[in-house]
Amino acid sequence: MELATRVRERLPETIVARDEVTSVVAREDLVEVLGSLREDPELAFDLLSSLTATDWPGRSPRFWLSYELYSVAHRHRLRLKVGVDEDDPRAPSVTALYPTADWHERETYDFYGVRFDGHPDLRRILLPDDWEGHPLRKTEELGGVDTRFKGASVPPVDRRT
Amino acid sequence: MPVERLEGFQAGKTADEAEEDVRRGILLTSLDRAVGWARKQSMWPVTFGLACCAIEMMATGAARYDLSRWGMELFRASPRQADLMIVAGRVSQKMGPVLRQIYDQMPEPKWVISMGVCASAGGMFTNYAIVQGVDTIVPVDVYVPGCPPRPEMLMFGILTLQEKVRSQGRFR
Repeated sequence: MELATRVRERLPETIVARDEVTSVVAREDLVEVLGSLREDPELAFDLLSSLTATDWPGRSPRFWLSYELYSVAHRHRLRLKVGVDEDDPRAPSVTALYPTADWHERETYDFYGVRFDGHPDLRRILLPDDWEGHPLRKTEELGGVDTRFKGASVPPVDRRT
Repeated sequence: MPVERLEGFQAGKTADEAEEDVRRGILLTSLDRAVGWARKQSMWPVTFGLACCAIEMMATGAARYDLSRWGMELFRASPRQADLMIVAGRVSQKMGPVLRQIYDQMPEPKWVISMGVCASAGGMFTNYAIVQGVDTIVPVDVYVPGCPPRPEMLMFGILTLQEKVRSQGRFR
């Protein structure tokens, strides 16, 4: 695949699976790599279509951020994966390059607890501001949670007495 | 106090029993009944469609099922003009305070119908995102089960509520 060959020149750890090109990037190189992928006229990844995380408890690194890139000019896609350790769940913010990353990073922080350094306003975006925990981590408890409302706390119906 | 015998509700009562009714406030009990009847006949719901149940609620209000047969077709966009809240759909944790605020803005007397299993008990959404039963936030008068309930079920719930309003009318 031509795209994979081109990307592999910059990022040696590039695989092709089901016609999808995925590259693994170190956390400290992320901003620089994204910038160069965006500037290169042959690649021109000018759109960050999605940014999310996956959780693999027990593995190292535990969290993998994935950045889904798209080039409007060339109509090709690339996925960057960044491993983030459990003890230090941080990553550099890419909002300066892609403003759309603003809310995506807030959502990833909200649900996985990965903090993005340099983000202009890293708050929770979907859950209430006073929420405790990060519910899409696989170590979080499944099932309904208590209704915490005006100081009261009511358990879900199957745990009520 | 002398009692004037009237035809109708005093029928079958002796003068002493009627006198007793007067002491218990028969005038106000009859007023309660009239007020309950009036309230039942014209109940304005606030629009609170949250999910797929709202589609069934809209269908109930539209031509085929026609809620206006019970004086309820006037869905109000402002809680100040409404006296019934039909919670139609799942309530997310973040929506909970909003729902309560709208409920608090409604003038007394007010009633709540919890429509569908999600609003009543969380339903299939036994997870972190959804309030497990809207009765943890507002007092609910009638629960309508179903996923989503058919318009007939919602209408039955409404008629049940109207019966409650009529029979428990309190002038306050």
